[in-house]
Amino acid sequence: MPVPPEAATAPPGTGVIHDIGYRPYTGPRLGRAHAARALFVQSLRASYGLGRSARSKVLPMLLLGAMCAPALIVVALAVMTRQDELPVDYPGYLANTSILTGIFLAAQAPVMLSRDLRFMTVPLYFSRPLTRTDYVRAKTAAMTAALLVLTALPVVILYAGALLAGMPVGHNTAHALYGLGTALLYSVLYASVGLVVAAATPRRGFGVAAVIGVLIVSTTVAGITWALLDGPGGSGGADWASLLSPSTLVDALSGWVFRLPHQDGPGSVSSGAVGAAALLEFAAVAAACHLLLLRRYRKF
Amino acid sequence: MNPTVARLTVHGLLGRRRGLLLLVVPALLLLLAVLVRATKGQDHDIAVQLLGGLALGTLVPLLGLISGTGAISSEIDDGSIVYLLAKPEPRWRITVTKLAVAVGCTAVFAALPTLLAGLVLYGTADGLAVAYALGALAAGTAYSALFLLLGTLTRHAVVAGLMYCLVWESLVGNFVHGARTLSVQQWGLALARAAADPGAVTADVPLSAAVPLLVLVTLAATAAAAVRLAGLTLAGEE
Repeated sequence: MPVPPEAATAPPGTGVIHDIGYRPYTGPRLGRAHAARALFVQSLRASYGLGRSARSKVLPMLLLGAMCAPALIVVALAVMTRQDELPVDYPGYLANTSILTGIFLAAQAPVMLSRDLRFMTVPLYFSRPLTRTDYVRAKTAAMTAALLVLTALPVVILYAGALLAGMPVGHNTAHALYGLGTALLYSVLYASVGLVVAAATPRRGFGVAAVIGVLIVSTTVAGITWALLDGPGGSGGADWASLLSPSTLVDALSGWVFRLPHQDGPGSVSSGAVGAAALLEFAAVAAACHLLLLRRYRKF
Repeated sequence: MNPTVARLTVHGLLGRRRGLLLLVVPALLLLLAVLVRATKGQDHDIAVQLLGGLALGTLVPLLGLISGTGAISSEIDDGSIVYLLAKPEPRWRITVTKLAVAVGCTAVFAALPTLLAGLVLYGTADGLAVAYALGALAAGTAYSALFLLLGTLTRHAVVAGLMYCLVWESLVGNFVHGARTLSVQQWGLALARAAADPGAVTADVPLSAAVPLLVLVTLAATAAAAVRLAGLTLAGEE
C-alpha cells in the first residue's frame, strides 16, 4: 500500500491531516434576503399543498372551492335572471363566509409552524444566515398571502361576473376594491392571531382546535354581548361588542373605513368612535401578535 | 375499561397545562352568565341564547372535538399507539376506555359548566339548567364517539370534525331545514326540550327521532372505531 506524501515526510510519532479532496462550496451565496424569500414561497406553496403529496392538497383545495362555489352560483343566477346588481355586496360575501376562512386558518396555520417545531428543524434554519425576525416575517407573510388568495379570489369572481353581466362598472369597481380591502384586513388579522396560537403548541390537533376555538368562541361571545348591551334595533352602544372578536372587528373596521351601509348585528359600526377604536385595536393586535411570535422564537 | 390506558389517555388530554387551557372556555361561559344575571336579571331569551348558543352550540362540540380526537389521534399521529396496540389487550377495550375518558372529559368541562351557568342564569325555574346540562351531556357523548371514530379514520380528524360542526350544523343547517335532522346539536336540544318545562326550549327534531339517532350514532361510531383500530396501518407524517 502506497504511503501518502504527507505521512512519509512527517516525523514519526506525530499525527497528520490527510488531504482527501473535500471541496468547499464556491458558488454564489445568495444571502439572507434570498433565503427569506425562498422560505416565503415554500411556505405559501405548502399551505395549498403544492409540492406535497396529493393527500395534503385535498383539504386546502376543498376549502378554496367551498369559498368560490357560492360566488360562482351567485354570479350565474344574477346573469341568468338579468339583474342589474349583485344580490350580495363584496365585503358582505366575505363576512358571510368568514367561517370557511377560519377553518382554513385553523387547518393551515399549525401546518405552517408546528411541523418545524415538532421535527426540530427550527434550529437548523437558524444555523443559517436567516435570522429569527426573517423567519417570523416570512411565515407571517406566507400565511397572510395564503389567506389573501382564499378571500380575494371570490371577490374577483364576483367582479368578473358583474362586469360580464353588464352591471354598472363604476359602482362595481369601487365595491370590488372595498371587497379586496376587506380581504386584506381579514388576511392580516387572521394570520397574526392564528400563527401566535399555532406557535404555542407543537401538536397539530391541539393547534387546529385552539385556533378555531379562539375564533368561534370570541365570535359567539361578541354576539351575546351585543344582544346583552341593547339588543336588536338598539341605539348603537352595542356596537362596542364588535371589538371582542377578530371577525366582527374586521367587519366593523371595513364598514367604517369604506362607509358601507349600517347593518344590524355584531360587526356593525354606527359611530366614528367605534370605528377609530376598531382601527386602533386592529393595529395593536397585529403588532402584539408579531412581537409575541418573535418572543416565541427568540429562545431557539 | 383498562385503568392504565385510561390514566395514559387522561394524561395525554390534560397533562402539561392543557387541562388549564380547556378551562378557559367554561370559565368564560360562567363569567358571561354572572354578568348577564347581574345586568339583566332572570331573562329567558338571553339565558336560552347563552346556553343554546355558547354552551350547547360552541362549547360542547369544541370539547367533544378536542377530547374525542385528542384521546386517540395524537397517539396515532406521533406513532406511540403501536406500543399500546402491541399489548395483549383487546382493541375494542382500548376504544371503549378512550371513549369513556373522552366522555368524562366533556362531562366535566362542558356539561357541568352548562349546568352551573344555567343555575346562575335562571335558577331552577322551568328546569332549564338541568335540561341544557342533560342535552349537553348526551350531545357531548355522541360528539366524542363520532370524533373518536374520525380520529382513527383520518389524520385531518379535527378539521373534518370542524367542517361537520361549523359547515353542516351551522351554515347548511341555517339554510336547509332538513339538515338539522342529522345534527347532533339538535338531538341534544330535543332532549333538553323534553326535560324542561313545555315551551322553555325550542328544538327542530322530535324526541322520537333524536333519542334513537343519538344511541345509534354513539354505538355505531364506537363499534366502527374498534373495528378500524383492529386493522390500523400507520402512515408517516407528510
